[in-house]
Amino acid sequence: MNQTVVNLWPLLGVAVIIAGFVLRAHPVLVVIAACFVTGFAAAMPVEQLLATLGAAFVKTRNLPMILLLPIAAIGLLERHGLKEHAQASIARIKSATTGRLLIAYLAIRELAAAFGLTSIGGHPNMVRPLIAPMAEGAAEVRYPNVTMEMRYRIRAMAAATDNVGLFFGEDIFVAFGAIVLMQTILRGEGLEVDPLHMALWGIPTAICAFIIHSWRLYRLDRYLARSAA
Amino acid sequence: MILKVEYFYYVLGAMLLMVAWMALRDRHNPRRYNSALFWALYAVVYLAGEQLPPVTAGLMMVAMALIAGFGGVTLGRYGERTAEQRRDSAQRLGHKLLIPALLIPLTTVIGSTLFKDVKWDGLFLLDPKNITLVSLGCGSLFAVATACWLTRSTPLQAMRESRRLIDHLGWAVVLPHMLAVLGLLFTDAGMGKAVAHVVTSYINMDVRLVAVAVYCIGMALFTIIMGNGFAAFPVMAGGVGIPVLVGVYHANPAVMAAIGMFSAYCGTLMTPMAANFNIVPAALLELPDKNAVVKMQVPTALPLLLVNVALLYFLMNL
Repeated sequence: MNQTVVNLWPLLGVAVIIAGFVLRAHPVLVVIAACFVTGFAAAMPVEQLLATLGAAFVKTRNLPMILLLPIAAIGLLERHGLKEHAQASIARIKSATTGRLLIAYLAIRELAAAFGLTSIGGHPNMVRPLIAPMAEGAAEVRYPNVTMEMRYRIRAMAAATDNVGLFFGEDIFVAFGAIVLMQTILRGEGLEVDPLHMALWGIPTAICAFIIHSWRLYRLDRYLARSAA
Repeated sequence: MILKVEYFYYVLGAMLLMVAWMALRDRHNPRRYNSALFWALYAVVYLAGEQLPPVTAGLMMVAMALIAGFGGVTLGRYGERTAEQRRDSAQRLGHKLLIPALLIPLTTVIGSTLFKDVKWDGLFLLDPKNITLVSLGCGSLFAVATACWLTRSTPLQAMRESRRLIDHLGWAVVLPHMLAVLGLLFTDAGMGKAVAHVVTSYINMDVRLVAVAVYCIGMALFTIIMGNGFAAFPVMAGGVGIPVLVGVYHANPAVMAAIGMFSAYCGTLMTPMAANFNIVPAALLELPDKNAVVKMQVPTALPLLLVNVALLYFLMNL
């Protein structure tokens, strides 16, 4: 390891982020402050720093699109009762509990992602309009006195379930970006690895993720029963 | 190619311009000028894009951060319908309401699998580099059209509803975008080398379990800092995974890579820096605590990280 040329000053940017979260400062301001501190620590002049930020800002503008493009359709459907419909439909299934519903969603999300269908699911087009209202609806049927605190917990868990399913499913699909990235980096270091092998070695973790998170969803049902009593 | 990702930048730019215009006209919004300016600046990033001089784009980003950071992006009034009205139309439309919502993932999947190699007149129908985004864009447009037709609404009403949702998201919309910029800047500034240097010079790697734990936990910690597993992977694989685990302990590189990436994902679950997955859903689901999703994920992520350490320790020499 070449120890003489490493510049440790950019680590100050990390310090700013940590300080920002500890002080509960506004996240957007923290990020901008971290940008400037990191830039100055790397000895960039102001103009070059602004240009670097601007170029990166334009380059990464594809990121918010996944969130914003579906919003018009979802908003319109919500106006016409999509959430109410999702809740009423789940209320008709007698055996549905919040936890069981989310376990089913976790299984579907993880399997779909494993087959490369990462766009089945997502927060704007599945969790907000359908999954979270259904999970809340299932709780409403069982416990008529559902508090706001219980609702917030159910919603946060619905969002968490989508993330867990996506993350630990998608890495066992051969054509997924992470596998390509890993292969490229290993090749750069002189290691030739078959993408199929990396995908296969992801399966044990994917199964453990499913078990651990399902256990937490089962505990969520217990929490709801206790809170409602 | 025929359908370029740029077209959807223009669509989104136009959408944001409408949001800005509606914010400007909304007298119930206490900071309507600031809010309108914020969304107008964002619209310009999409409409002008690469034509913007980089310094100008940088200044715009700083201006947007200052407006949002000092509470300049506020809610207005949206003429929402009452719960009874929504229940009535839910009963009238029934399962039909699901059709437009499911059209979005369905079109995305079909577009990015079946239409991947479709050419017309020697040109790719869908931009091959951004196939998912372009398919998602098409799906969203189909969905709006179907939803308008089904509910007898106008596209203008769809725009009003977009504004309602976008306003509720507020600054959470730009946070992931700005974090991505910070991530690129970190990379430019040599953050990866600095972290790998600190990790490898202060920790003793002579014990196999310590080396495995440093690799997995380092992957998670670095992802917590950067908010992105893809940024952590080259650093930890290059700093510890390849020289120590493969070089000294003869680990199977495929196992080292796969479990390393999953350890990074455990970090993604635990950080507000992964704003797209953790902060944005909190805003979307109207949770008062912006970190509620992160807090809910930590009890899944920590045991899973330990499982990863154990799996790598036992599987790496198979």
